[in-house]
Amino acid sequence: MEKRVTFKGWLLPLCLIAPQVAISAVFFFYPAGQAIWQSLFIPDPFGLSSQFVGMGNFDFLLSDPYYRAAFRTTAIFSALVTLAAMVPALFLAVMADRLVKSAGAYRTLLIWPYAVAPAVAGVLWMFMFNTRVGVVAWYLGQLGYDWNHVLNGQEAMGLVVVASAWGRISYNFLFFFAALQAVPRSVIEAAAIDGARFWRRFFTIVLPLLSPTTFFLLVVNIVYAFFETFGVIHTITAGGPQQATTILVYKVYADGFVGQDLGSSAAQSVILLLVVGVLTVLQFKYIEKRVHY
Amino acid sequence: MATVELDNIRKRFGSEEVIGGVSLSVADGEFIVIVGPSGCGKSTLLRMVAGLETITEGELRIGGQRANDREPMDRDIAMVFQNYALYPHMSVAQNMGYGLRIKGLPKAEIDAKVAEAARLLQLDALLDRRPRDLSGGQRQRVAMGRAIVREPSVFLFDEPLSNLDAKLRVQMRLEIRELQRKLGVTALYVTHDQVEAMTMADRMIVMNAGIAEQIGTPMEVYERPATRFAAQFIGSPAMNVLPAEAREDGLHLGAATLPNPGALRGPVLLGLRPEHLNPDPQGPIEMQVMLAEPLGANTLLHGRLASGAAFTASLPGVHRADAERTTLRLSIAGENLHLFDPDTGRRLN
Ligand SMILES: Nc1ncnc2c1ncn2[C@@H]1O[C@H](COP(=O)(O)OP(=O)(O)OP(=O)(O)O)[C@@H](O)[C@H]1O
Ligand SMILES: [Mg+2]
Repeated sequence: MEKRVTFKGWLLPLCLIAPQVAISAVFFFYPAGQAIWQSLFIPDPFGLSSQFVGMGNFDFLLSDPYYRAAFRTTAIFSALVTLAAMVPALFLAVMADRLVKSAGAYRTLLIWPYAVAPAVAGVLWMFMFNTRVGVVAWYLGQLGYDWNHVLNGQEAMGLVVVASAWGRISYNFLFFFAALQAVPRSVIEAAAIDGARFWRRFFTIVLPLLSPTTFFLLVVNIVYAFFETFGVIHTITAGGPQQATTILVYKVYADGFVGQDLGSSAAQSVILLLVVGVLTVLQFKYIEKRVHY
Repeated sequence: MATVELDNIRKRFGSEEVIGGVSLSVADGEFIVIVGPSGCGKSTLLRMVAGLETITEGELRIGGQRANDREPMDRDIAMVFQNYALYPHMSVAQNMGYGLRIKGLPKAEIDAKVAEAARLLQLDALLDRRPRDLSGGQRQRVAMGRAIVREPSVFLFDEPLSNLDAKLRVQMRLEIRELQRKLGVTALYVTHDQVEAMTMADRMIVMNAGIAEQIGTPMEVYERPATRFAAQFIGSPAMNVLPAEAREDGLHLGAATLPNPGALRGPVLLGLRPEHLNPDPQGPIEMQVMLAEPLGANTLLHGRLASGAAFTASLPGVHRADAERTTLRLSIAGENLHLFDPDTGRRLN
């Protein structure tokens, strides 16, 4: 059922893929190669020379308790962000799908947060929760809760999770909403006649039919949590307190640009690269198997 | 195994009235076919019985109980959809057992019921397949199976055969009818195919623009159509309906004079079924034949009357191709004349 165009020669196809290859080469293969190369060296403290250490950077990282803590932080952070970005989005999409009137207006309103850049969102949330001038922090104080994400690692984690997930809800909502609209009405009606009430239908019919979308969003959101939340973390907590919110990407930045340990930073990039690779492979494997009903 | 009563049912979408007051009383175990052209409101009527559309006005009673406000699941009905609406992520057995699982029946009992339905529908070998791996006819059977395992009081069918090829359609038509008789379940069956309506119905309801034009057995509708619409919709090829003048000395159709079956006077619409016309050298109707369609057992002759009106006759046997572009004289028995009011379309005789 696929429609393929077949080319006779090889010159035209080569020309057609050249721009893509060029972009990948400049923005991906070259930096990735550089990272791999640099990960094999340790620069001296003044950055004037570097010494070949082989797997030394990796050996050090894997036995470094701070790095392993960053791994754990990343896992917790990504899981929380993904959950906090997907579950409310799904819920809102289900509610919007039930609306007959004004679903369009509702959808438009829900898309707005997506237009806010992560760093801006971070600043926004930071101000709301600022321990001295934040509106929310003040109200929490009135309720007798002493909010202080500058000192409390768990509160800091909660704040960066919420700030990171907030904008993504819109994006996920759009996908869930479109997928819900694509579920054939008559299948839902058949389930209703079969005796399933709303939430039963949701869990036994709708959710399984959404699974390709859910999985796609799962991967996309995990990748987002891994890589694109830098701005949020940088503006709100800068990785603190006591590295409680230092995820892998933030540590690459902190060790490389703040700590000036380019070798270790490069090695961390390489490890991240591997993690993304595994995630991507998983995604394609799964999609091939499950998407086509 | 329940009666269904529709009492002056109406449906409005916004200000547009789609069903304009339909009343019908369905006996226990009866097979009712709702037939009509596309957009006349057949599906809407059926969906109101199913509880998938609200009833704007009127009362629906299932088994003697008012059902207007009951949820679909509380109406004791099962429905087969045009696109079958199978659950794509479930196997055939899971599809059929879904309703029973929701009822909370023990697994062994569900399996037994599913197995029995599968045997009845010859689906035994397919129980583990997914719907996407089935042919259209098999999917249709699964949809039937899903309806029968729940042992409902009323079956609702919305054009269940329209996605099948002609041969399978004839076969499934018989199977559905046989199954319904065997189970003794009341059935409402929507179709736009008048042959399906004629062959399957105990009684049919001919719908047009949200109104029931006629309710009756297929033979009643065929022999004494209540309106011009019903007359032309049921029967193939369609009835010839022509303006004529009723006078004391007979019905004047152009130059032809036919016996006047009633004591009518004035302009009328005269209906003549193509298959009731007989070739007769002394016949009053003269037809200019333009095209002959041999169908084997009979031949359709399409042409014009002297007035220029299009006219069709169906004659038994094969008429030679040189019947084209010739004139043919036809007669018709007096009891086969149908007269309709030119303004209201109601039957006059
Ligand atoms: N949700 C709706 N809102 C507004 N109008 C509707 C709606 N559903 C149906 N209609 C209108 O009601 C009329 C009857 O529709 P219905 O689906 O009952 O026709 P039908 O007889 O089943 O036709 P078909 O043979 O094509 O299935 C149509 O004119 C249709 O446009
Ligand atoms: Mg319809």
